[in-house]
Amino acid sequence: MAGPVQSIERAAAVLRLLAVGRRRLGLGEVAASLGLAKGTAHGILRTLQHVDFVEQDAATGKYRLGAALLHLGTSYLDGNELRSRSLNWADALAARSGEAVRLGTPLERGVLVVHHVFRPDDTFQTLDVGALLPLHASSLGKVLLAYGAAPPDPDRDADGPAAYTRHTLVTPDALARALAEIRELGWGAEIQEMSMGEAGIAAPIRGHGGLVVGAVGVSGAVERICDARGHPRPSLVTLVREAARAISRDLGAARW
Amino acid sequence: MPERYVMSIDQGTNSTRCIVFDQRGRMVTVAQREHRQHFPRPGWVEHDALEIWQNLKRIVPEALSAAGLDTGRIAAVGIANQRETTVLWDRRTGIPVARAVVWQDTRTAPLVEELRRGPGEDVLRDRCGLPPSTYFAAPKIRWLLDHVKGLEQRARNGDILFGTVETWLVWNLTGGPDGGLHLTDATNAARTMLMDIRTLTWDDGLLDLFGVPRAILPEIRSSAEIYGEAGAPLTGVPLAAALGDQQAALFGQTCFSPGDAKCTYGTGGFLLLNTGTEAVRSRHGLLTTVAYRIGDAPPAYALEGSIAVTGALVQWFRDRLGLIGSAAEIETLARTVDDNGGCYIVPAFSGLFAPRWRDDARGVVVGLTSYITAGHLARAVLEATGWQTREVVDAMNADAAVALGELKVDGGMTSDNLLMQFVADVLDVPVVRPMVAETVSLGAAYAAGLAAGYWPDLEVLRHNWHRAAQWLPDMDPDDRAWEYENWQRAVERSLDWVRPPRKRKRGSGG
Repeated sequence: MAGPVQSIERAAAVLRLLAVGRRRLGLGEVAASLGLAKGTAHGILRTLQHVDFVEQDAATGKYRLGAALLHLGTSYLDGNELRSRSLNWADALAARSGEAVRLGTPLERGVLVVHHVFRPDDTFQTLDVGALLPLHASSLGKVLLAYGAAPPDPDRDADGPAAYTRHTLVTPDALARALAEIRELGWGAEIQEMSMGEAGIAAPIRGHGGLVVGAVGVSGAVERICDARGHPRPSLVTLVREAARAISRDLGAARW
Repeated sequence: MPERYVMSIDQGTNSTRCIVFDQRGRMVTVAQREHRQHFPRPGWVEHDALEIWQNLKRIVPEALSAAGLDTGRIAAVGIANQRETTVLWDRRTGIPVARAVVWQDTRTAPLVEELRRGPGEDVLRDRCGLPPSTYFAAPKIRWLLDHVKGLEQRARNGDILFGTVETWLVWNLTGGPDGGLHLTDATNAARTMLMDIRTLTWDDGLLDLFGVPRAILPEIRSSAEIYGEAGAPLTGVPLAAALGDQQAALFGQTCFSPGDAKCTYGTGGFLLLNTGTEAVRSRHGLLTTVAYRIGDAPPAYALEGSIAVTGALVQWFRDRLGLIGSAAEIETLARTVDDNGGCYIVPAFSGLFAPRWRDDARGVVVGLTSYITAGHLARAVLEATGWQTREVVDAMNADAAVALGELKVDGGMTSDNLLMQFVADVLDVPVVRPMVAETVSLGAAYAAGLAAGYWPDLEVLRHNWHRAAQWLPDMDPDDRAWEYENWQRAVERSLDWVRPPRKRKRGSGG
């Protein structure tokens, strides 16, 4: 096993230093206190700032602990922020796939729909932003489960996970196998697991450091989502994964 | 034959963007670059026109190579541009005589005040469709002629060219000093205060009024026709369209029929209503403008309601007050409360635009009590955009024959669901967002593609339009009326705030 990573040890020391009395410290103070070269301290502070663990005061240039540290356990990406950053990509996915697009983030043992683009056929459709989908029976939810973005035990009811259809994965074994496959493939599907005649394909959206913060996917009639053999259409899978990658790239970029 | 595409160039206030679209109107690739904003004095806003041209020369190859295309695959290129921003340059060297004076610039306020007293608003509205305002190009030209040494004489000698930004780019794209085409389109010319809104020709009376020599003016052409072939970096590609950005958005939203309207929510808000071949003279504070002109067809006109501050209020909330970390978080904060708690914000940062046109107004926050939280303020910020839209729509309904039945929206703020629902609620009509949010670019591409025969007709373009989201009104009529009344009372409190400047001992220079 490899030894400790020096830069992470130093980053931890910087955080501890800033946490003492919740002070604001200048670059020189941080470097001197920890016996680091200024350039090294600066690199660490900038990285911590990039992940929102440290904030820099605009007027004085001094550093302090970032608000994100106080909310480590909760979702760090605002759902409205995610929607606004993914707007163009979600539109492009709907236009190219011809299917409805949804983005989801984990919320209280479910998937919160934070963005919804209509299927581009101009039929009457209703926005379901704000709706909650089941983790184990939606493609968005299964992807969030597979990448640890949502708690692994989807439903602690005495009856076990709800069986929406005869295809719903209700046993822990079946679900675990499905999640392992999603991790291997990099995308997931749901075929008539929430309602008969419907299917969906989803892929993970990653933020800083690769952490999965949400999922994006298409859903619609099973005969459009799947091919004649009942498998998700490869062309749709490619489009969904491309959109997910494009959104992830945008999220990793500097905040606007 | 390999697939061909249409390119659009959106030269905006903050950046220049180059987007390639396919036959179905879908975005293939995008490249963009920001340019510097110069604020040399309070109220002054300038751009470096050469920097904008350099940016364009960089992003066009970027967009092409990102999509693996060469210019041979581009069927046509169209330009959409920030409107009214004024460039004067030397026709022999291609060097601008000064930085471009941007549409937001208010340095011409004294001149505009003279116009109000002189020929008066009615005369100007009849002739060019516009009320006197610092917003438009002619006062900016006059200012430059007065303040750049020797410029007036050089202009009269025929050494100087004027253009809004599309004119500047077309001239450079077609050779610059070496035979560059000097032309504008009717939508851009409609924002100068120099064009007769009915004949679409430069008006001698208006030229005299502003003292603008005819020699500096570009030829007024249609918004969609093949102007010529571009040189580098688009060698051989037909230059086939130019439109002001808001008219381009109207076109991109496929608002081709009288009664169709769209609102673009960016820094400001711009609501345009297609009025068909009739130039409707507004009695309720709207602008009469050209919507587009395709080839030799008669022009389509529009009524326009411009709102100075919509997204800019959210930016202020983020950057100046620091109550949110990003623009999108305004919705999160606003959802922490159920209503505005009795608080209203009127964002008259530099007066009020349509339909009130009041320079003397300044922003107010009213209804503050110890009960009000940041969440209530966030609500009031979003509601300000909704109510300002309502005022413009009321003016349009009063001016036009048919009441608005549905509002098509685009722009960055359409990602805010709470706001879009509120707009539907206060207008009491459905609000619809199209699949392609980049309607400005799409409109320029559509116009260019039509002119070049890439798309056969408007009907095909209509079929490219798809609904991406829709918000239906869901507000109690009594609540709506009550809240609207409160908003209007808040606006009254913003008026008549600015007083003439105090007399100082020393002159202000300039």
